[in-house]
Amino acid sequence: MRADLEIIKNWVEPGSRVLDVGCGDGALLQHLQQQKKVRGYGLEIDHDNITCCIEKGVNVIEKDIEAGLTSIKNDSFDTVIMTQALQAMHRPDQIVEELLRIGKECIVTFPNFGHWRARGYLAIRGKMPVSKFLPYTWYNTPNIHFCTFKDFEQLCVERNIYIMERTVVDNEHRHRWWIHLWPNMLGEIAIYRITR
Amino acid sequence: MPEIIPEDSVGIVQPQTIEFDTPLELACGRVLNQYHLIIETYGELNADASNAILICHALSGNHHVAGYHSAEDKKPGWWDSAIGPGKPIDTDKFFVVGLNNLGGCHGSSGPNQINPDTGKPYGPDFPLMTVPDWVNSQARLADHLGIQQWAAVIGGSLGGMQALQWSIDYPERLRHCMVIAAAPKLSAQNIAFNEVARQAISKDPQFHDGHYYEEDQVPKVGLMLARMLGHITYLSDDGMREKFGRELREGKISFDFNPQFEVESYLRYQGERFSTAFDANTYLLMTKALDYYDPAAPYEHDLAKALSQASCKFMVISFTTDWRFSPERSREITDALVEAEKQVSYAEVDSPQGHDAFLIPIPRYMEIFAAYMNRVEADIPAGNNEGGA
Repeated sequence: MRADLEIIKNWVEPGSRVLDVGCGDGALLQHLQQQKKVRGYGLEIDHDNITCCIEKGVNVIEKDIEAGLTSIKNDSFDTVIMTQALQAMHRPDQIVEELLRIGKECIVTFPNFGHWRARGYLAIRGKMPVSKFLPYTWYNTPNIHFCTFKDFEQLCVERNIYIMERTVVDNEHRHRWWIHLWPNMLGEIAIYRITR
Repeated sequence: MPEIIPEDSVGIVQPQTIEFDTPLELACGRVLNQYHLIIETYGELNADASNAILICHALSGNHHVAGYHSAEDKKPGWWDSAIGPGKPIDTDKFFVVGLNNLGGCHGSSGPNQINPDTGKPYGPDFPLMTVPDWVNSQARLADHLGIQQWAAVIGGSLGGMQALQWSIDYPERLRHCMVIAAAPKLSAQNIAFNEVARQAISKDPQFHDGHYYEEDQVPKVGLMLARMLGHITYLSDDGMREKFGRELREGKISFDFNPQFEVESYLRYQGERFSTAFDANTYLLMTKALDYYDPAAPYEHDLAKALSQASCKFMVISFTTDWRFSPERSREITDALVEAEKQVSYAEVDSPQGHDAFLIPIPRYMEIFAAYMNRVEADIPAGNNEGGA
């Protein structure tokens, strides 16, 4: 189990209703079903991922998240999770609002563009950062709205979103004690637990 | 005939007819005191009857779901693409049951069968059937076969509606429900198309108010028109453009009313074939069952409330160019299932074939189908995964 998923697991109540928005191959939901007995659904658009979820016995609903989540009623879920997808959305701010409308609380993870390596890449090479973790070039990347921890927290302040918990891991999803000394510089993946 | 029967076919199959003499009360208030159902089965029922799959048919379907009736048969059963050894509904693992619904015209009690009370064909006197009536009769069939709980009930279009009704009316009698290219109820547009079809049939001079059997006539033109209209709604605009375009049979227009465009002769051929193979009274009855279908109605018109009765798991599938029962309609079902906190997966398959797609072995469709059937198999109680009694 990846460390970020392990952290998410600890923030999910046993037996709760969980929606994983952009659930990928369903690994997290399967883990939560087995370990936490959650009643979960995943939203996914990738065909192979959808088949994987069905194979695993994970409830998956084919849906284009960008087309809206309006069919889902307010507070339908205890926890809504979105891992590593926020930066690929056209309007991350609206998506966060939607996630908080349909869920009592949300867990959001995204790559931190304030990480020293990204800063260094842009500062020294003068080019958009490309790394093993974010291997795309600017013109073909699905990640169109990068932000830093600071940016995200500013959004939370502006929209009256309460940050219940937050943590950071490196790009191998490992905890490192030193990351916490200067998260916005040293953390590569942000994990936020937010509510209204 | 198929030169050699393919290896992944269930092979030569034989229908059987089962008589029922426990009166069946119907939604219309009438009672069928005795009736018979014609069925086909494929594969072996396991020792505790836990590997059985019920296939519900659509408007013009029947009990002949897979395989061939003889080596001379040109075509296999209507869903042969999905059922057989190694196919998504794998007959090496599952015992598959197909039936002709009551009111049908392929051997179950219906308008073209003899009414035991009169010794004459029922004709228009056969009671109008509803989807819940069919489900009740299918439950009697399950009793007869010794099947307490279906591993899955599966259907497309009107068949999907029956599967959904099963989950509401007999929640403890199925573990999985697969609802393909269906809708939670018909739209005004759907009903309108059905009404045109019914008018075409009932206004045919050979219809004789449904008593055409005695006249030794068939309302062929009416049935043909009904089928032609139906066929247009089963295909998509794109699919028709791709298949026929504006191709001319003779290469030039002839300034008369004979069929000249390929699409005209295709529709005429389909209509013609159907008009001799199907019964007009059954067509009327089936379209009415569609129009009346509304499982939410007894639950304050709240579909989620209706589906909260269910205890099985669901797989819902739709096709992008289906405009008869569009993906939007399948999403209504899925959303209601999520609201009712039921286990459900939903997939929307890209296909140019319109509503007809549910009968076509589109690779992604078959992949999802097979993946879900693996789950159905996994949920067969342990120790009974082998076929044979």
